[in-house]
Amino acid sequence: MSPDMLFDLLWKSLLQTLHMVAVSGLVGSLIGLPIGIFLATSGKNELFPAPALNQAIGLVVNAARSTPFIILVVAIIPFTRLLTGTSIGTTAAIVPLTIATVPFFARLVEAAIREVDKGLIEAARAMGATPMQIVFKVLLAEARPSILLAFTMTIVSLIGYSAMVGAVGGGGLGDLGIRYGYQRFMPEVMLAVVVVLIVLVQLVQSAGDALARRFDKRNRKS
Amino acid sequence: MTPPTVVDNAVPQGRVQSTPMVTFEGVTKRYGDAANPFVALDGVDMTVGRGAITGIIGRSGAGKSTLIRLVNGLEKASDGRVVVDGTEVGQLNETGLRGLRREVGMIFQHFNLLSSRTAFDNIALPLEIAGFDPAAIKAKVVPLLDLVGLGDKSASYPSELSGGQKQRVGIARALATSPKLLLSDEATSALDPETTQSILALLKQINAELGLTVLLITHEMEVVKTIASHVAVIDKGRIVEQGPTFDIFTAPRHETTRILLSSTVGTNLPEWLRTGLKAAPSAGDRILVRLTFFGATAFQPLTAQLVTEIGGNVNILAGAIEEIAGEPFGTLVVAYPATPDVLARADRFYAATGLSTEVLGYVA
Repeated sequence: MSPDMLFDLLWKSLLQTLHMVAVSGLVGSLIGLPIGIFLATSGKNELFPAPALNQAIGLVVNAARSTPFIILVVAIIPFTRLLTGTSIGTTAAIVPLTIATVPFFARLVEAAIREVDKGLIEAARAMGATPMQIVFKVLLAEARPSILLAFTMTIVSLIGYSAMVGAVGGGGLGDLGIRYGYQRFMPEVMLAVVVVLIVLVQLVQSAGDALARRFDKRNRKS
Repeated sequence: MTPPTVVDNAVPQGRVQSTPMVTFEGVTKRYGDAANPFVALDGVDMTVGRGAITGIIGRSGAGKSTLIRLVNGLEKASDGRVVVDGTEVGQLNETGLRGLRREVGMIFQHFNLLSSRTAFDNIALPLEIAGFDPAAIKAKVVPLLDLVGLGDKSASYPSELSGGQKQRVGIARALATSPKLLLSDEATSALDPETTQSILALLKQINAELGLTVLLITHEMEVVKTIASHVAVIDKGRIVEQGPTFDIFTAPRHETTRILLSSTVGTNLPEWLRTGLKAAPSAGDRILVRLTFFGATAFQPLTAQLVTEIGGNVNILAGAIEEIAGEPFGTLVVAYPATPDVLARADRFYAATGLSTEVLGYVA
């Protein structure tokens, strides 16, 4: 394969991966965030006590998280078709990716919020804050660095997941690696795909770390 | 120093000690279920005087944290009434409670500042919650930073501040909504002795300048002794003793108070002396007496007179003079022969001078 052709293929696949990861990462996190907040605040004696609903949602989240991604992709094909009109291609792949993101991110957000010192909730209550004010002014503000790291971790995981949606013709870098590198015995394509993925993950992780550090005032040196 | 304009409802001096700021009436708090109850508070009756600094002291687990949280409704009483400035806390709904909490500031042992907010923004938080606009917030926060001596730390994050500075931010935050009552939950327990003194001085200053009522809980007698004019001693969920700090500290009636006091007030007998102490005298023994001086007697040369009266055969074993709630208080442990004539002379002397005495025992 000529270098031009390889570059063309890589570029096209990279854009597909970025497209899938960006859309499913954003949409999935936007849905996962409130679910994570709910999971972290709806236990017994918490801000919005609803232990039964908390357990029910926790169960669904666990079920979704323990389903292998490739099975999830196949299992929800009818739903994907309903939503996008097709079950193959990059746009179709976004549906299972988004669905996988929601519980993953929700659990990470829950953990990040539960890390916030309970004393801060008590202090805010003592100031006369409403539960909503406590969520927005205290919990989310204090958990922001952890939530940014959780988002970074989600995006990195999504880059990995997106390699699997080649199975439904989703395209992307992983798909390129399998079809050319493995099925057509072109190791240079495989190598190129792996290098691009490594660079991509590094970039995402560094950007996420930098952002989280910017907002983390917990261990500032004066 | 900033003029005390931050509290709009400062109490005029004349009204101090009129109707209480907080009243507990038969307050009981149970945790757990009927099968497995834990009684944290058991029929607490207590009042917190308006404009005063009142201390509640007890060992850990005595129920003091629960008691202070009943005042701003962070905990609900199982039985009894908690009345804050005429309002029964138990009758308030969530909205009413939030209103009350804006009139009752609270400071904490571990400060509970938001790490993501600067000193300024931490103090601004209760005002944001109450819906003040940015200009009004600034007008409130800047004088408060000055009041607590942190005018130059406005933009510092809590991680850049020392423990004492963090508690100063906590105090300023608690004062932001111009409360009429300040609750202090072990506010100095995480601080070193020197910083503790500076925070206590600040609380005293705020109490004096703003006429703010302060209710504090602590396990440190030193704290109560330094700033509280009134004290309640709590043990196993019951108030065992309450009254003016000076009276309670100089004449403790309950065992718990004595134990809490033993390390802080007056003098402890040295170990060698305590082990040799007998309850009844035998021939040739010496009597051990603890003399207590306060009020007018604290400044008189009574020791010299005592020695003269008894006849020189007195030795002084321990002694200290200290200040309790702003009043001088001295103790002296003396020993002299337990012979009838010496004892009679000593008793006459005590009666004539009004010294208060306590016989500790007899030594060979």
